[in-house]
Amino acid sequence: MSGGDVQSGAGALRSSAGPMQEDAAHRAALRARGAAFVQRSLVRLAAVLTLAILLSIIAYIAVMGLPHISGDLFSFSYNSMNLSLMPALINTLLMTVLSLAIALPLGLGAAIFLVEYTGRSNRFVQIVRLMAETLTGIPSIVYGLFGLLFFVTALGWHLSLLSGALTLAIMILPVILRTAEEALKAVPDAYREGSFSLGAGRLRTVLKVLLPAAIPGILAGVILSIGRIFGESAALIFTAGTVAELPESLFDSTRTLSVHMYVLASEGLHIDKAYATAVVLLVIVFAINMLSAFVASRLTKGGGEGAGHA
Amino acid sequence: MLKQVISRTVLQEKVAQAVFIVAACCCILSVALICFFLLMGGIPGLAEIGVGEFLFGTAWQPSRGEYGIAYMVLGSLYVTAGALIIGVPLGLFCALYLSRFATARLGRFLQRGVELLAGIPSVVFGFFGLVVIVPFIRSSLGGTGFSVLAASLILGIMILPTIITVSRTALDSVPQQYYEGALALGARHERCVFRVLLPAAASGITAAVILGFGRAIGETMAVVMIVGNQVHLPASLVDGVRTLTGNIVLEMGYATDLHREALIATALVLFVFILLVNLLFNLMKRRAGI
Repeated sequence: MSGGDVQSGAGALRSSAGPMQEDAAHRAALRARGAAFVQRSLVRLAAVLTLAILLSIIAYIAVMGLPHISGDLFSFSYNSMNLSLMPALINTLLMTVLSLAIALPLGLGAAIFLVEYTGRSNRFVQIVRLMAETLTGIPSIVYGLFGLLFFVTALGWHLSLLSGALTLAIMILPVILRTAEEALKAVPDAYREGSFSLGAGRLRTVLKVLLPAAIPGILAGVILSIGRIFGESAALIFTAGTVAELPESLFDSTRTLSVHMYVLASEGLHIDKAYATAVVLLVIVFAINMLSAFVASRLTKGGGEGAGHA
Repeated sequence: MLKQVISRTVLQEKVAQAVFIVAACCCILSVALICFFLLMGGIPGLAEIGVGEFLFGTAWQPSRGEYGIAYMVLGSLYVTAGALIIGVPLGLFCALYLSRFATARLGRFLQRGVELLAGIPSVVFGFFGLVVIVPFIRSSLGGTGFSVLAASLILGIMILPTIITVSRTALDSVPQQYYEGALALGARHERCVFRVLLPAAASGITAAVILGFGRAIGETMAVVMIVGNQVHLPASLVDGVRTLTGNIVLEMGYATDLHREALIATALVLFVFILLVNLLFNLMKRRAGI
């Protein structure tokens, strides 16, 4: 199909470059130059516009929010006067640790099974991959509703830290699975052969040779997941709830920073605090982003470097 | 002694393999559980309301027992279409720039920008829409500002990273010979890119649009903050609508019985949309070979 496209493109070229009156040829050349100019400008304009949109969002939030950042925004107890974001921030960290503690072993185990224990075109592998892709596409509100039906209602855990963390764990599972899979696949087969020839079993090879070599890739997946957790709100409102204080147990309702931000913005009573919270949220998300770029750059500099630490 | 060691190793291997299989089954289990709970929660309500009445009914008044989501399906489609109209051309040109026009340094810079854009949480987008776009539309075009237009603009920006990344992958995977062949025939760089590479990457770009559609129709928090949420047919672009996602997030907090089941059925409709999107996306991806 794409071959045909090239030919039709080339055909169009031939007709325009064919023998013509000099005047007509001159005009055609002018037109071609004009078209090229328009196309080039459009493409550059799009690039500039995209950056301009990003910068204006960041600049606007920063200018409006930075003056409202104050000490009491970070006090450890929340009340309706200070609207502190500290409990929400701590809750988000707790939520992140919990969901990673659940999703990381599962995703890693699944990736190990898919890459090391089965053929790559195995039927089971295809099904697991299809399911992971399906999970990636599901909107967060549907996750939230599922969490509400399953963890909150059916299992009776109420709106709680645990319900929220488990919902998030399912959300980030495909991210971890996918990146760990890629990382394991990227480990050269010579590592496996070397390990086997030294008499190590499959499990030993995986744990002592392959996992250490794949750590940078796995880390990239983890960072990506952390970014997702910090940005998530729709999946948490009906699973973890919106209580703005620190939880005393796994079964207490909590709000994360994003949910806190949503509540502030939709109440509309403390818009300056909402700006300040947005600034903090953006700073955190960008820091995570930078960390991920750093890990990715380490990653492309050579998988051998990561393996060296093993 | 050696025998014991070997049998212990064999046992370890067996156990490890079993553990890994169980982990791999978790993805399947999750999807199965999600399907099960959505179906169990939604189908009784659907049966009571009637599938036709639910999908094509235009009145949504839970207090009077009327549950029709037709206007919300339309609302979701309007907002998503608007997002695609804004996001696809911009994103596609951006991908072209990244793939074939940018110098290495500028390209890296823009790439980092796109990654940052992808990292901004949807509540922040929603908030930006609420404090900037909505007042701007209110003062320049009239109405309340909470509108299809506002939501389309914000969603168009939100799907940019998706469109850019997937289209760029598609453009980069077109064989270099296509470009060189066109160049050898005397075409300018721009003409090679627009007339040869772009058509050759059509399937991959379609995949990007489909994925963007999926992202836009599933987005919740940003939309609910700026779209107005009235259940009606919008009279114009500056009129508000309610989306499927908005319906769930607005009413799930207090809904009971049939109302609750109708909301779960709304999620079921959304879920079916997403499954279709996934199916189409995979089809296109396979065709594009990326």
